[in-house]
Amino acid sequence: MADVNRGDRPLSPHLLIYRPQITSMLSIVHRVTGVGLFVGFVLGVWWFFAAAAGPEYFELVDWIVTSWIGNLVMLGCCWALWYHFCNGIRHLFWDAGYGFELETVTKTGYAVLIASGVLTVLTVIVMLASGGSDEAAANGTAAEPAVRTASVASTPTGADI
Amino acid sequence: MAFRTPRQNAQGMGSAGYGTGHWWMQRITSIALIPLTLLFVFPFGQALGESHAAVLALYSSPWHALVAVLFIGVTAHHLMSGLQVVIEDYVHSKGWRTGMLLANTMICVALGAAGIFSVLRIAFSA
Repeated sequence: MADVNRGDRPLSPHLLIYRPQITSMLSIVHRVTGVGLFVGFVLGVWWFFAAAAGPEYFELVDWIVTSWIGNLVMLGCCWALWYHFCNGIRHLFWDAGYGFELETVTKTGYAVLIASGVLTVLTVIVMLASGGSDEAAANGTAAEPAVRTASVASTPTGADI
Repeated sequence: MAFRTPRQNAQGMGSAGYGTGHWWMQRITSIALIPLTLLFVFPFGQALGESHAAVLALYSSPWHALVAVLFIGVTAHHLMSGLQVVIEDYVHSKGWRTGMLLANTMICVALGAAGIFSVLRIAFSA
């Protein structure tokens, strides 16, 4: 046809030609974490299924999920979940029509990175704290009545209840 | 006999052949998952690595069982619609695309059903 200029026309810029920017990187990571969380969901459902199936099967699945490689995958999924969670909220604000200014987009982008890191560390702390509860259980039973009597004594209406 | 005018049949459907339902369901599930994730993740994280008896004890609580059922169900839907978009974006061959979309729907529904069934079995047998 009249396509004489073939090969000499400007090409649509390819993805790889762009300098990495926080906006594009976070957008790509949102998709990657979304797809990656499929693995976490499979592991989580498998774990629940094993718990429902019985103690023997649970022992096997629990051993796999909490092995060092299982822990590594779960830690990655933990961060991926919080990242997708935080950046998802950022997306919802965009859907509602807020936060489109370049400066705001950059700021919220860094906020998402920081918040997802903080939430991951918080989750790990909560998990580790409960991990120690097995050993602390014996001490806990001794401490609990003391706390309870203290709270009853400090409440004047305690006698009515 | 067709009572609907051609315009009525086309209105709001877009070039993909259906309306904004998919997009809107993604938003609804996103918003629902904000409180559900916060409620689900921490007890789940604490139960992970605990004994079988401790796990059964946690999810025999109606509150934790309900949160887990809702989280798993909504996540399965959100995961399915998200993966669907990714497949539609990157898989161009008609055969592969149809096959992967089918597999995606079936696997996500099966995972959701397996998760909900398991939690309910724990909750009801305790």
